[in-house]
Parts: sequence; structure tokens; C-alpha cells
Amino acid sequence: MELDAAKLIAAALALLPMAGVGIALGNIFASYNNAVGRNPGAAEILDKKFFLTFALTEALAIFALVISLIILFG
Amino acid sequence: MADPLHQFIIQDIVPLSVGGIDISFTNSALWMVIAAVVSTSVLTLAMRGATLVPGRLQVFAESTYSLVANMVRENTGAEGMKYFPFIFTIFSVVLMGNMMGMVPYSFTYTSHIIVTAALAVFIFLFVTVLGFVRHGAHFFEFFSPPGVPLPLKFLVIPLEIVSYMTRPITLSMRLFANMMAGHLVLKVFAGFCVSLMSLTFVVSLVPMGFNVLMIAFEFLIAFLQAYVFTILTCIYFKDAIDMH
Repeated sequence: MELDAAKLIAAALALLPMAGVGIALGNIFASYNNAVGRNPGAAEILDKKFFLTFALTEALAIFALVISLIILFG
Repeated sequence: MADPLHQFIIQDIVPLSVGGIDISFTNSALWMVIAAVVSTSVLTLAMRGATLVPGRLQVFAESTYSLVANMVRENTGAEGMKYFPFIFTIFSVVLMGNMMGMVPYSFTYTSHIIVTAALAVFIFLFVTVLGFVRHGAHFFEFFSPPGVPLPLKFLVIPLEIVSYMTRPITLSMRLFANMMAGHLVLKVFAGFCVSLMSLTFVVSLVPMGFNVLMIAFEFLIAFLQAYVFTILTCIYFKDAIDMH
């Protein structure tokens, strides 16, 4: 019974990195919008970099989710 | 409630076994064959009657080609264009796997770590061998970036080696985890919708609406992950060709 409780707590704790990813994604969106707002001509170059950084950062949240699921069901 | 993990189960279609090794033709293998057939035939059909003013299918084939070709040229330079066929194949394998997974009742072979790990390990070995062939023993200098003071090197070199060695793990985990988690979320919310339906029909529309949004997002992720997988492959090639 105690092991089950510890498992649930661990699964929840494993999701804490999501907070950091949330901050990071906010930063990415903010600086992208800032840059395009200042220089709309650069949007085409920034688009590619934006999507790359977005996907790389978003993957970290998914890693956390997978670890949490492994703790829960593994 | 239906099990959301059911979609990832590998089923044998034609059971086969050679010398005690299970080489059955599974649903995963079936969808890989479909991906290979579809991508090859669409690209050849599109370019068969190639005209100066392209039709819709030709525009699709040409823009896919130039997307990857520009990516390789920008990231690896003219030297890297030799490896363009390899990188384009990787791109189409991953893109077809991700996109066909969005078809209902289909199977997403990129949601299995063994598939993505095989791809990533192959890329890793290819790039490492390429680096040693091009630079010989000088390739070891890759782990010691120029301009680092001597005391710091004791810290930097092990770190560089670890980050190099974890490349196949992160590359495969990123694709696998994104595809698995995305499909899992879709099925979990579909499950909410079904179990709420028996209580109140109106409330069940909430997870339904969320699911519609998630499917659009999943299409974005499916394309983006194929793009990221390819661009990282390009970056690894650049490291092996130019070193820093």
C-alpha cells in the first residue's frame, strides 16, 4: 500500500519539469513575436529557427511525461 | 473504458520463425511497407509527366525535395549534398510513419522505440565512421573545443564525450516519446468522451472539442518531429564533415 502511494507521488514529481518547459516555451514565443514585430522582414528566417527550438523544448516536457507514465505503469 | 495503450500492440499477421528467431510479418512491418510503397510511388508518379508549369502533385513533390535540399545545403554546405539521398530517405521514412499514424485504425511505427532507436543508432554509427574516415585520428579533437583553458579541459572533454554518446538516445527518444505521448493523449480524451456520453451528452462534447484541437496539433507535431529529426541528422553530418 505504501509502495503504491510512493509510486503516485513519484509520478507526480516527475512532471515538475513541465514548469520549466512552460517558462521556456513562453520565452521562445515572446522573443519570436518580439523579433518579428520589430523586423517583419526577418520572419522567414526566424520561422525555421522558431519551429526547431519549439520542438526541441517541447520534447523535454514529453520526456517528463514518458518517465511519469513509466513510473505509473512500468 | 477501452485501454489507450491498445493501439501500440504489435500483432502478427503472418507468423514466421527461422531458427527460433521470430521474424513474423507484423502490423508494424505492414505499415512500413505501405509507407515505402506510397512515398516511392507518389514521388515517381508526380515527376513522371514533369512539365515546366507544374501541376498540383508536381508542386508537392518538388517542394518536398527543395525543403530537404535547402535544409541539407544550409546546415552542411556543398560537401554534405553527397549525403542528400540518405537524408531525404530518413525524412520520408519518419514523415510517412508520423503522418500515416494520424489515419484512424492505422499503426504508428515511429511510436515504437525499437524503430526510432534503429534509425538513430544507424545514423550515429554512419556519422562516426564518416568522421574517422575523413579526419582519421584527428576526429578525437572534436571532443576538445578550441580556446578552452587547460584546467577547464578536464571538465569539458568528458562532458563533450557524454553529450556525443547520448546523441542516439536523445534523437530516438524525442521522436518516439512525442509520437507515443501524442497518440496516448488523443485516446485518453476519446475515452473520457465515451465514458461521459453515458452520463450527459452535452458534457461529453467538451473532451470531444479538445480532441479536435489536439488532432490539429498532432498533425503539426507529426511534421515538426520529422523535420527536427532530419535537421539534427544534418547537424551531425556537419560535425563529422567540418568538425566545429
